[in-house]
Amino acid sequence: MDKIFYILAALTLIAAFMVVISRHPIRSVLFLVATFFLISAQYILLNAQFLALVNIIVYAGAIMVLFLFVIMFLNLSRDLERFASWMPIAAAGISVGGIGLLLLASYRGAQISTDTVGNYDSGLVEQIGEVLYRDYLFPMEVCSVLFLVAMIGIVLLNRKERELPAKLPLP
Amino acid sequence: MNHIPEIIRTIPLSHYVALSSALFLIGLLGVLIRKNIIIVFMCIEIMLNAVNLLMVAAASYRGDSAGQVMVLFTMAVAAAEVSVGLAIIVMIYKNLKTTNIDLFDQMKG
Amino acid sequence: MNPELILHLILWPPLAGFLINGVFGARMPKWLVSTIACFSPLLSFAASVAAYIQLAGQATTVKLYTWFVGEGSAIVDFSFLIDNLSIVMLFVVTGVGTLIHVYSIGYMSGDRGFHRFFAYLNLFVFFMLLLVLGSNLVVLFAGWEGVGLCSFLLIGFWYDNLEYNRAASKAFVMNRIGDLAFLVAIFLTIYTTGAVSFADLHDTMTNDVRINDPAYVAISLLFFIGVCGKSAQIPLFTWLPDAMAGPTPVSALIHAATMVTAGIYLIARMHFMYDLVPVTQLVIGITGCLTALVAATIALKQNDIKKILAYSTVSQLGFMAVALAAGAYITAIFHLVTHSFFKALLFLGAGSVIHGLHGEQDIRQMGGLRHKMRWTYGVMLVGTIAIAGLPPLSGFFSKDEILTAVHSHNMGFFIALALASAFTAWYMFRMFASVFHGAFRGKNETWEHVHEAPWSMRGPLVVLAVLSLAGGLLGLPAITGQSHRLYNFLVPAIVQPKISASHAFEYALWGISLAVILTLLVICFKRYGSSGPSVPSVTPSFFERLLVNKYFIDEIYERLFVHPLKIAGSWLMHRGDYGIIDRVVHFPGKVVESGAFALRNLQDGKLSSYLLYSVVALLIFLTLFLIF
Repeated sequence: MDKIFYILAALTLIAAFMVVISRHPIRSVLFLVATFFLISAQYILLNAQFLALVNIIVYAGAIMVLFLFVIMFLNLSRDLERFASWMPIAAAGISVGGIGLLLLASYRGAQISTDTVGNYDSGLVEQIGEVLYRDYLFPMEVCSVLFLVAMIGIVLLNRKERELPAKLPLP
Repeated sequence: MNHIPEIIRTIPLSHYVALSSALFLIGLLGVLIRKNIIIVFMCIEIMLNAVNLLMVAAASYRGDSAGQVMVLFTMAVAAAEVSVGLAIIVMIYKNLKTTNIDLFDQMKG
Repeated sequence: MNPELILHLILWPPLAGFLINGVFGARMPKWLVSTIACFSPLLSFAASVAAYIQLAGQATTVKLYTWFVGEGSAIVDFSFLIDNLSIVMLFVVTGVGTLIHVYSIGYMSGDRGFHRFFAYLNLFVFFMLLLVLGSNLVVLFAGWEGVGLCSFLLIGFWYDNLEYNRAASKAFVMNRIGDLAFLVAIFLTIYTTGAVSFADLHDTMTNDVRINDPAYVAISLLFFIGVCGKSAQIPLFTWLPDAMAGPTPVSALIHAATMVTAGIYLIARMHFMYDLVPVTQLVIGITGCLTALVAATIALKQNDIKKILAYSTVSQLGFMAVALAAGAYITAIFHLVTHSFFKALLFLGAGSVIHGLHGEQDIRQMGGLRHKMRWTYGVMLVGTIAIAGLPPLSGFFSKDEILTAVHSHNMGFFIALALASAFTAWYMFRMFASVFHGAFRGKNETWEHVHEAPWSMRGPLVVLAVLSLAGGLLGLPAITGQSHRLYNFLVPAIVQPKISASHAFEYALWGISLAVILTLLVICFKRYGSSGPSVPSVTPSFFERLLVNKYFIDEIYERLFVHPLKIAGSWLMHRGDYGIIDRVVHFPGKVVESGAFALRNLQDGKLSSYLLYSVVALLIFLTLFLIF
């Protein structure tokens, strides 16, 4: 079982890295989809079936379709991106390395708690639904409002702007 | 059927921490070095997923559904964010005819 | 009428006049401006008369409110003292002041700053009233500074002339020297006696029998330095001749009749202290004698009509100072009063001449004016005789009284003053003869336009001439068998023995002075009557050069004080101000500025840069989180 984890982890990292270094946007998207699937597999390993499904539907399905759609729509698939010159890459590398070191340093001193609530079926739909509709009902409703707002925002953003009259009559 | 998943018995939580940290850093690197704003956006998604993974792992190890509910919310917010973000990108492209972030240099007060 | 109402009526009208004319004057017609300006001191004068009748010699203190409470027991009230001394000063200030206001209507009629002039003049009267009415040193000082300010404003009245502005600054700066000493003297007084009001000081000091107490000597000397500044005594007198840059009515009111006598008034007010310090009295006497002599000799060679009168004023102030030194305070006040009459008259007459000649002030360009300016000629004759000291005009009696008092006090002073009064007669006759007698020496077309002054100017001249004629009646000497009215009036306020001398001495003095003055009269009219002042010879004698150049005093001051101060100032400016202070002050600004320039490059508007910055910020925060 542990072998499956390591293989999945290695594949996930490789896929993610390929997203970063692919010069072709479509390839990046496809690697990203792979990444999401691999992460979903990790969720299944962790006995979080519901989230694994949601992850595939939301990320690999909806979000990736959006990305692909935009790339196709803007017709970016053909122009290959040239990478930055060495200066920004060096700066980025130093920053990322610094943060990595810091994370490492903070993990070393951290005590990872092993307390358990005890229900290892927590990832099933039943449990999640219970918690969601009992304890987190209000945040969920707020979430729906968030979607409404996002929807209105997008519609407004892409609305065709009406031409204003050249000169507004002064009051 | 309250049985402990095998993975929890065999793999320590710290490995998940390492995995998600590595994913997070890869995403961050992509954000910093890529110029196409759509790719940058995708890298942000990788970073979000890294966090999600860590949260799910922690929730599973503790056997607590609340952590997974949180991930659900994160996904919801991410979905909204992606849709709005992509709309903005489309608008920017309409105005500037490019997706190269080095050319987005008008964000001065 | 209660005293408080009278006080309000005396004090506030000039301030109201100043405010009205100062704020609205530019938009009011001239007749309204001049009416307001003249009626405000007239109202004060009427109120002073009311005070004279109503209070009948009782010293009355009116307290308006407590100004501030000093450390210890000194309480400074905003309060006023109306006693006989202040009533005399009130009459001089408001009476002569009103006449000069009326005169100014005619004199300044063509000036652009008509309303400004009257506003300043009213403000001056207000501060002068504050000065003479203040019941303690602090209120007096407020008035003292105020008149200094008005003097500055009026000397520099024609502010577009740089030379006049310099004169105004000079007057102000020289007065500041005196004022500093005055202020220190006030502090010392409070420190040593704990009192500031004249009544309290009087009570404290009359009970004190110590003679030449060091504290009192210091205080009285410091006060006298203040007096030197204000009343133009050596060494601070050089500003007064330059102050003639102002319009002539200003010279008459401020620099002859009232403000410059403030110092004399101060010492008379503080006479109880000066009685205790013979050392200071000696200093005052020597200074006064020197001033009287030096100024009178300088006046001998001056050719500017106003400069002659200015030096004459300085000289007469020296006379008053010597009288104070001799303990003859009432005599000094007597001379102050008569001097304000005839000197105001002379200045106004000179103003009339200048007005008639369209601004000509050089007596070498005058002559023969008696044919065209009969009124002016008449009043100037009265003024000249009065100051020269012919009986029975006012100047004769007051000067005679000073000489009598000084004679019994100090023989050296007496000789100096006698010499100075002979010089006085000389320069006055010289000026008078040059201006009014002989033939006109100016241009012909000027002569064509010479005209007599309008009635608004002639009226005050006539009133002042009458006062100069009759002013002597205030203080007839004992040998005439009459009582000395001013002495009897002032004795409640100023405790002082009567000035008296043997009849033989009096007659001798009268005879000699009469003889000398008449001789000088004849000589002067012979010398200057036809041809005016002599042209300076090609090879002037040492003495002549000394006099023409005013003893080089201005030059000496320039070398001794002004020049070193300028050098020190510029050194301090370059080394201290630019070198140290500016650098220190500019340093934080420079740092912020260059830092801002450096940081400005960070805000390049690039999305990619901002991404990097946010990651760096995350790095920094994580580091801090780890460390702490």
